[in-house]
Amino acid sequence: MNLFSISWKNILHKPTSVVLSLVLFALGVGLIAFLLQVDKQVQQKFENNLAGIDLVVGAKGSPLQLILSSMYHIDAPTGNISLEQARPFLNPQHPLVDLAVPLSLGDSYKGYRIVGTTHDILDLYGIQLPAEMMWQENFEVTAGAGVARKLNLSVGDVFQSSHGFTDDIHSHDQDLKIVGILEPTNTVVDQLLLTTPATFWKMHNHAEDETGRNGDTGHNHNGNNHNHNHEHEHEHNHNHNHDHKHENGNVDSMKSPESIISSASNTFLLQQGGNQEITSLLLTFKGRNFQALNLGRNINENTDMQAASPAIEINRLFSLMDTGTQALNTLALAIVFVSGLSIFLAMLNKLRDRKLELAYMRVKGASRTQVFMLIIFEGLIIAFLGSLLGFLLSYGGLYFLSESMETNYNYSLSAGSFSKAELYLFFSALGLGVIAALIPAIQASKTDISITLEGN
Amino acid sequence: MLKATQLEYKYKSGPTLTFPSIEIGSGDPLLVLGDSGSGKTTFLQLLAGIRKPIQGQILFEDIPLDKLSDSALDKFRGRNIGIVFQQPYFIDALTVEENIMASYYFSSIKKNEKRGTQLLDRLNILKKAKSRPRQLSVGEQQRVGIALALINSPKLILADEPTSALDDNNAQAVLSLLREEADRLGSALIIVTHDKRLKDNIEQTINL
Repeated sequence: MNLFSISWKNILHKPTSVVLSLVLFALGVGLIAFLLQVDKQVQQKFENNLAGIDLVVGAKGSPLQLILSSMYHIDAPTGNISLEQARPFLNPQHPLVDLAVPLSLGDSYKGYRIVGTTHDILDLYGIQLPAEMMWQENFEVTAGAGVARKLNLSVGDVFQSSHGFTDDIHSHDQDLKIVGILEPTNTVVDQLLLTTPATFWKMHNHAEDETGRNGDTGHNHNGNNHNHNHEHEHEHNHNHNHDHKHENGNVDSMKSPESIISSASNTFLLQQGGNQEITSLLLTFKGRNFQALNLGRNINENTDMQAASPAIEINRLFSLMDTGTQALNTLALAIVFVSGLSIFLAMLNKLRDRKLELAYMRVKGASRTQVFMLIIFEGLIIAFLGSLLGFLLSYGGLYFLSESMETNYNYSLSAGSFSKAELYLFFSALGLGVIAALIPAIQASKTDISITLEGN
Repeated sequence: MLKATQLEYKYKSGPTLTFPSIEIGSGDPLLVLGDSGSGKTTFLQLLAGIRKPIQGQILFEDIPLDKLSDSALDKFRGRNIGIVFQQPYFIDALTVEENIMASYYFSSIKKNEKRGTQLLDRLNILKKAKSRPRQLSVGEQQRVGIALALINSPKLILADEPTSALDDNNAQAVLSLLREEADRLGSALIIVTHDKRLKDNIEQTINL
């Protein structure tokens, strides 16, 4: 028998009086812990995927949207650019550009995005892959680890892509074949299906033949502008897009004997007709010199493409998110404050009923300090249990958020390790419990023993 | 064992109360009789070291209780004085057994589980050891209260109206129980009451 166990039994004896405090405490601490985790994980996700990319070049529109769609694969693309426009950057002789990775977007398979790109994307994210696992020919696909696991894909599997990002609006007839599966990289590539840019052309370019319009919505499933309602367009363009039986001369050329080079290379793209399209380009610079830094501005001012800097846009996004996080944080702090107040009031209330009991303890030899500590321990125990419950809530919430993000964005959050900030949160919460119990404890320590002998 | 001489106490607004000198040893109980308002509660509080007299002296085995500091008095009381209250007090959240353990804990006396069991057995409440005291009958609660007062083997047992709420039979039983335990422990026993039924059983009586 010691003070702590007496405190503990006091709480167990009348649990209803602490339930409210406990729930409030759990909510407040849980919300803060949850925000800490989400903030940390989202920032980590974004930073992991920066991959040293210095500039993203794509169609005019919102720069943030361009970054989100091309680097994080969570928004619709801003539109397409012609290969002609992109050609200078694809040229290995470009004085400023080190790596130029073209992306063709707009198709998906069961909600996972198919990206037409070159093998350089692997270098960009530092991924090693044996050559036989790489997409070389059109309609060959290398799957990211996450997609493969979620959709249970293995090498040799054949599937049909669908148009757009959401679900089967309609599917293309040609079969895509899995030739390789990537190791988990903890980058966005895990959630992608990689194929050649020409695969996209083969599936879409007959519209060009039929309408003669290039870069128009007529065949461009990506939509031209900031296009959140592209599903509508699919409906409209359904007929244009759909006839995949035709073979296009351009794309056929790569099958001719003289082209041994992989169609997943910039060299191949440089040989293609300039009216073919890609969605965007991810660029890394050779060096961060003045000219390189000016490249973005030049593109924005002198071409009808736009260039966006990931660092700037992601910072902008973070500061936008910060406003929201801050508001929620304030709310959480308010809840924690109220929970502290509720512990304080509950204890003060209980003290009235317990005056005689405390006086009795004093008669039995308990010192003022012991009675003081008894009440402090009760505050501490409530704070401890409340925090524990709060952390459970936060990790539970994180799990559900992760599930829903995986469904909606194919991004997942890990349950994450206990961070330093959470440790601070935990100890602050315990501190709050002590502070809330302080005044009741002081009052308890002043209990007048003589009341025990005033019955007559 | 206990000697209180010419004690006086004064409440902030009220007359000065004077009390007769007493001296008792182990094995001869003292009955302090007085009607309501006669100051017997105050007398009891003075003897228990809960209030300090403005005049006079309390010597307990040559220790002057009126000179001890508050915290020293707390410790002394916990170790040496057992109080049987008119209405027994408990730590409500704890079982009878745990209340006994808490008594040991607060008085810093090494716990003796065997003694606890024996005491509860003698008071015929051993089978209630695992119950919370407030769930017991009034008579049982009274006996648990006595057990808690006696568990530390106090040298002085102060009983405050121990029988006033009980019928003749029970009053008699409680009284003999207190005398028996005081004899067994060799403790001094002071019973403060207005219950005149007890007068015939105890020789040494003073009236306030």
